[in-house]
Amino acid sequence: MNRRVLTYAGVAAVAVYCLAPFYWMVVSAFRRPQDQFSNAPVPAPFSVENFTAVFSGDNGFGRALLNSVVVAGITTALTLVIGVFTAYALARLTFRFKNLVLGLVIGTTMFPGISQLVPLLKLFTGIGWINTYQAMVVPSLGFALPLSVWLLTAFFRQLPFELEQAAMVDGCTRGQAFRKVIVPLAAPGVFTTAILTFIAAWNEFLIALSMVNRKEMQTATVAISKFTGVSGFDQPFGTQMAAGVIVTVPLIIVVLVFQRRIVAGLTAGGVK
Amino acid sequence: MTATFSKKSPAPAPAAAGGPRESRRRGDAGGRRMAALLLSPTLLVLALVVGYPVLAGLRESLYVRGEGLDADGFVVEGDRFAGLGNYTAIFSGDRASAFWNAFGNTTFFTLTTVVLETLIGVGMALIMHQAFRGRALVRASILVPWAIPTAISGLLWRWIFQADGAANAVIRQQVLWTADGWPAKFAVVIAEVWKTSPFIGLLVLAGLQMIPREVNEAARVDGASALQRFWWITLPLVKPALLVAVLFRMMDVLRMFDLPAVLIGVNQRSVETLTMIAWFEASNLRYGSAAAYATILFGYIALIAYLFVKILGADIIGDARAATRQRKTERRKKATP
Amino acid sequence: MRRIPLIGALTGTVVALSLTACGGGDGGTAKSGAQAGALEGRGPITFVTGKDRSGYLQKQVDGWNAGHANEQVRVIELPDEPNDQRQQMIQNATTKSDAYAVLNLDVVWTAEFAANRWLVPLPKDQVGLDAMLPATVATGQYRDKLYAVPSTSDAGMLYYRKDLLDKAGVAAPPKTYAEMWAACDKVGKLPEGKGVDCFFTEVNKTESLTISAVEAIESAGGTIIGADGRPTVNTPEARKGVEFLAGAQKDGRMPKAAVTLDTEGGRRHFQSGKLLFQRQWPYQYGLAEKDDGSSKVAGKFAVAPLPGPNGPGASNLGGHNLAVSAFAKNKASALDFIKYLTGAESQKANLLATSQAPTNAALYDDPEMVKKFPYLPVLKQAIGSAKPRPVVVKYGDVTAAIQGSMYDAVQGRTPVDQALADLQGKLGPLTTQ
Repeated sequence: MNRRVLTYAGVAAVAVYCLAPFYWMVVSAFRRPQDQFSNAPVPAPFSVENFTAVFSGDNGFGRALLNSVVVAGITTALTLVIGVFTAYALARLTFRFKNLVLGLVIGTTMFPGISQLVPLLKLFTGIGWINTYQAMVVPSLGFALPLSVWLLTAFFRQLPFELEQAAMVDGCTRGQAFRKVIVPLAAPGVFTTAILTFIAAWNEFLIALSMVNRKEMQTATVAISKFTGVSGFDQPFGTQMAAGVIVTVPLIIVVLVFQRRIVAGLTAGGVK
Repeated sequence: MTATFSKKSPAPAPAAAGGPRESRRRGDAGGRRMAALLLSPTLLVLALVVGYPVLAGLRESLYVRGEGLDADGFVVEGDRFAGLGNYTAIFSGDRASAFWNAFGNTTFFTLTTVVLETLIGVGMALIMHQAFRGRALVRASILVPWAIPTAISGLLWRWIFQADGAANAVIRQQVLWTADGWPAKFAVVIAEVWKTSPFIGLLVLAGLQMIPREVNEAARVDGASALQRFWWITLPLVKPALLVAVLFRMMDVLRMFDLPAVLIGVNQRSVETLTMIAWFEASNLRYGSAAAYATILFGYIALIAYLFVKILGADIIGDARAATRQRKTERRKKATP
Repeated sequence: MRRIPLIGALTGTVVALSLTACGGGDGGTAKSGAQAGALEGRGPITFVTGKDRSGYLQKQVDGWNAGHANEQVRVIELPDEPNDQRQQMIQNATTKSDAYAVLNLDVVWTAEFAANRWLVPLPKDQVGLDAMLPATVATGQYRDKLYAVPSTSDAGMLYYRKDLLDKAGVAAPPKTYAEMWAACDKVGKLPEGKGVDCFFTEVNKTESLTISAVEAIESAGGTIIGADGRPTVNTPEARKGVEFLAGAQKDGRMPKAAVTLDTEGGRRHFQSGKLLFQRQWPYQYGLAEKDDGSSKVAGKFAVAPLPGPNGPGASNLGGHNLAVSAFAKNKASALDFIKYLTGAESQKANLLATSQAPTNAALYDDPEMVKKFPYLPVLKQAIGSAKPRPVVVKYGDVTAAIQGSMYDAVQGRTPVDQALADLQGKLGPLTTQ
């Protein structure tokens, strides 16, 4: 009983900690633009004007959201596929230079992450990739892979090798053992990695801004950076917060839905 | 990419075709080839997206360009080999104090935020791992801080920390958070910890979920207290995931730029980080100098990462070979009787 | 300049590394935009600008496109943040890309862009400069050559609470600092004057502080960079100017929170009714007049030229100019498009639609415009006597140095003379060349 109470108190603390500032964002988004300086804890009067402003004609925000989904989706799928195989090799195979590979992979995240932009811009200009999805996907892939590889390696290694061995004794090939035992058991880890990758790609800004100069191809973060007040000085804070809510909430809903489905599905599909 | 993959994915199968025992022997022999196959896409992408630009930057850091104006007021073209000039300049005169200030800030932010994040994140994960109603909902909601784009959350916090903003309304004092000074440092730490604790929380939670329930139960039957179970069983099992999470967080904070830039501003002594100086140099067209700062920062990060892995991270890298060896011995032991 | 460069960050290092990325080939084609600057070539072009604020720009572009089937203009919108815009433009120039043709430049970027050969010199006699306010034309020039045509302008004005001054029996807005302080004291004795701060100008450590410092120093008769391009901040005049700012902060004439207030923070403060005198840009006028509840001072304020130590002060120039990228293909079309956008007709339409200050002088005296924008006569006066910020190639370094020294001086962390001596020393190497 006591433990129950403690758990719920803890849960409440976590929820408040994570959501209080977000609540402020939501409240700010639902104020009328002329009330944007208000400190009232509840928007009064309540208004969706900021949200309509986000989707107003010349922002192209709907299209930008779609572009973000495409770019982040493809990036996540590719990162997972590539990352899972690489991590499997690092976690389960024996070969020399393993530490070197791990070191190289992590080394690529030690430079201020921006050093890649202009060389890539020149390269992509040269091969005609400006204003394409791949110009945004490939760099995001490069930024996401190190973390994914390391995480997946850690997760795979956390699983006892005996499970796989047992499956192989049962007649599974190494590939089958991996697919039917390791991946389902590591599902929470794989899924978490996927979420983190998706969020990173979803929030990527610099590459998307530089590689694309056509409005039809811009992503949501780029579109938000172009929100503007009526003059050069007034800041469209309400609209920016509304856009923040719009790009964050769907992400949470998707996670919520997929969390159950995917994790449950993968685990159920496992041999053990 | 996908096409290459479908070709590769069956690769493990033939190696294992002859049954587990043979596969092990052949796996060792063919292991290198298979490993190469599995690793190459990652290495290829990283070489393209990161490797080449970084090498170009190293070269750039040895050159100086755009020095002085000609008689007509145009910037003189061409570059000049400067050797280590860009590096030594960082440690001389006024710029040395700016560098050490930024170095101090970077280190301060790294220490404080990573420690706080780890504590809060692990705490979050332990709470979330309990069974309770609406767990999925709460679990998704801890993602919120991490999911909001930094530019937006920076603005949000800037708004909250204004002189007449929500933070001061809550504490009923007028702290000038966004002015250059100590409160600005704390504002950055608060916002950063809020944003990134969920990252650690989420990864540790994933690690917790992968621990077979039996392990914990066995310990409980043996009479271990909750604390003992956490320290001796849970923690060691989630350690690999936790260490990777902490390591990547550290490397991220060491390169921190956008949060302090949006929240407080650039050129503010109290929150200027090394990446911000590199940015300032580059945005004023001193590319060689910017690359030199980036390289020094790389050195610092590499050193910290190395020490971290050496001291704490046996499970991450150092142990990779040892573990495999150990496993092999175990297997052999099992196989012999 | 209120918000912060996000991308800038990234880009910086990036640009750095990029230069080498294409190998050593610096020779070749784009030897220099300035010399290859013949304004030739007709065809489609792009117009690169911060996002349009009124939805009106596209209409103007459509108007052009309707009459120029073979010289269609496509608008490329950059982020709202000025530093981000600059960064994208520099990135484009660094990669010598022809993606950008007409550039919408902040007035302080002209020298840097021109000196780096990223712009083409423009023919002074063909772009209708005579119709424009001379102060704005100066911002488009570098070393006596014209690189950019002024399209919008901006200058600071003194916003004041007319209702409170009337009540306190102050008949006219102050022309000197002493008059301003006296008015504050009178208003402070009124019951309505309780809790009303006397004066505010931006002193947070951003570009705004440079603007405040330049205005204070120029108002006192000093300069930052002299006519010969050498720094001149270690003078009695400059000291007098900075002492005004430091004194106002120290004496509590400015609110304690001033150091955290950006341009929008200042507007918020004024609109909440807690500020008597404020140095602010014209954009606030329309917003503070709104009667939708966002402003408590609607109908209660007026504007005047900035005061100075002994008489009217000197404002500082803002605004934007249009230039042609040295790497653009169709430069002749680009020039024609600039003429179209900066012509009297477009400027009038633009003023009506966006209320951005025009550069066309006649519009300031147009009764129809003055009726709609009552501050225009004051603004014209302000622009007429306004001074530019230092015209230097390394503007980014110079403004950072000014901000660093002035921040410490205004906040009382270093004595004013010492801060100015330091600044003089720092500006020296940044302006030699």
